[in-house]
Amino acid sequence: MDFSFSAAGLSAADISAIWLTVKLATLATFILLLVGVPVAWWLARTRSRWKGPVGAVVALPIVLPPTVIGFYLLVAMGPDGPLGRITQSLGLGLLSFTFAGLVIASVFYSLPFVVQPLQNAFENVPERALETAATLRASALDRFFSVVLPLSKPGLITASVLGFAHTVGEFGVVLMIGGNIPGQTRVASVQIYDHVEAMEYVQAHWLSGAMLLFAFAVLVVLYTFNPNGKR
Amino acid sequence: MNRLLEAPIKIGAVKGVAAKLLALVFLLAAGQTARAEEKLTIAAAADLQFALEEIIVSFRHIDPAARIETIYGSSGKFSTQIRQGAPYDLYFSADIAYPRELESEGYAASKAQPYAVGRIVLWSQSRDARAMTLADLADPAIHKIAIANPRHAPYGKRAEEALRSAGVWEKVEPKLVYGEDIAQTAQYVQSGNAQVGILALSLARSPQLAKQGSYVLISDRLHQPLLQGYIITRRAADNPLAQAFSRFMSGKEARTIMARYGFALPGEVE
Repeated sequence: MDFSFSAAGLSAADISAIWLTVKLATLATFILLLVGVPVAWWLARTRSRWKGPVGAVVALPIVLPPTVIGFYLLVAMGPDGPLGRITQSLGLGLLSFTFAGLVIASVFYSLPFVVQPLQNAFENVPERALETAATLRASALDRFFSVVLPLSKPGLITASVLGFAHTVGEFGVVLMIGGNIPGQTRVASVQIYDHVEAMEYVQAHWLSGAMLLFAFAVLVVLYTFNPNGKR
Repeated sequence: MNRLLEAPIKIGAVKGVAAKLLALVFLLAAGQTARAEEKLTIAAAADLQFALEEIIVSFRHIDPAARIETIYGSSGKFSTQIRQGAPYDLYFSADIAYPRELESEGYAASKAQPYAVGRIVLWSQSRDARAMTLADLADPAIHKIAIANPRHAPYGKRAEEALRSAGVWEKVEPKLVYGEDIAQTAQYVQSGNAQVGILALSLARSPQLAKQGSYVLISDRLHQPLLQGYIITRRAADNPLAQAFSRFMSGKEARTIMARYGFALPGEVE
């Protein structure tokens, strides 16, 4: 078998898959921050007895196999599933096999990787800083944006990088609900799987090598410039 | 970074547990090798997942003690895995080309034997497929059509050929979603996420799918024949169970079951 890098580089289909992956991860990270910041803030500050259950729900994707998430999403997004009924009544059709469906799946799948670093950061914001800001008559929203967020910058960076990287690394869920459509749901990880299945090892090598470099670069950046991600 | 990974764990305790786990792994591994010869592991194309199970049940009437494990998936993947030393004794492919390649490369202990000719069907849960034609797939009310991935799944290749021969490929292609093997393709349609699928007749005839939807045969003049073949792999050269099962496959009982699932049998076609 030929495992060498003989043929030239990445094909147009590979580049389209990479571009799609970047688009998916960027959009998912953006939505994850919008959703994750309030959830993490609530988890960091609340004394509610719901803190445990909510935290557990957020952490589920760390523990669950992607197949469980993929299976439930496929059923939920189908014509008789709860999500499918909503999207159909809104005239949007079904979410399965669409880019929008992948974005929603990615938000679920990567949620803990965004919420947990944010929660750690928010928990470490000193109460005194907030009280001082309050005595200066800063509103709650003002305090959040001018005190909490700047103090939590390392946490925000860690959350964004992990959310993005984890979405890039997604495979099982996409395979189950994506339907492998070029330019829509055929992301880089699925494209690699198909190369291997079709015994196109040279192409699998190129794309895998590109992913490996990307993952390494992301982690180097994360560990070099943000050594105390927890703060 | 990750709260689950932050739990304080004593290193000493980890070492103790690790040592025990390692011992357990070795113990299990030893058990595996000692029994390898009395056991049969079959890797089979996903279109066989109901027919083969029935055949194994009737094989057990002859040999009740036989330990048989089956793994279903895409033919292309199994072929790659066998080259990489996967522990399969028999390999049933949906396309005889794969076992023939393995045979010519020296990975087989038998000739590549044809065992069936597969057929493709249009299957649907939400519509009455019995009166459908390939041309109907252009209907704008059909949003998604599932086929197996033509790049590596034999049923997907034949589906693409049929759509092209019927002259509807250009209209249908934007609606296609691709399953990794024919079983995943079936699951896309069964769950209602795709309205129609091109599936294996053997799956459409399975009890699971038969009660949920309807199908129509696609003419086999529209595509290359789906000649399916199997081999005994090199590692099973001395496995008597592999030989026995291989003989059983060409016997009357197995052929009756295969015919019931809609497979044409080699020797009866051609």
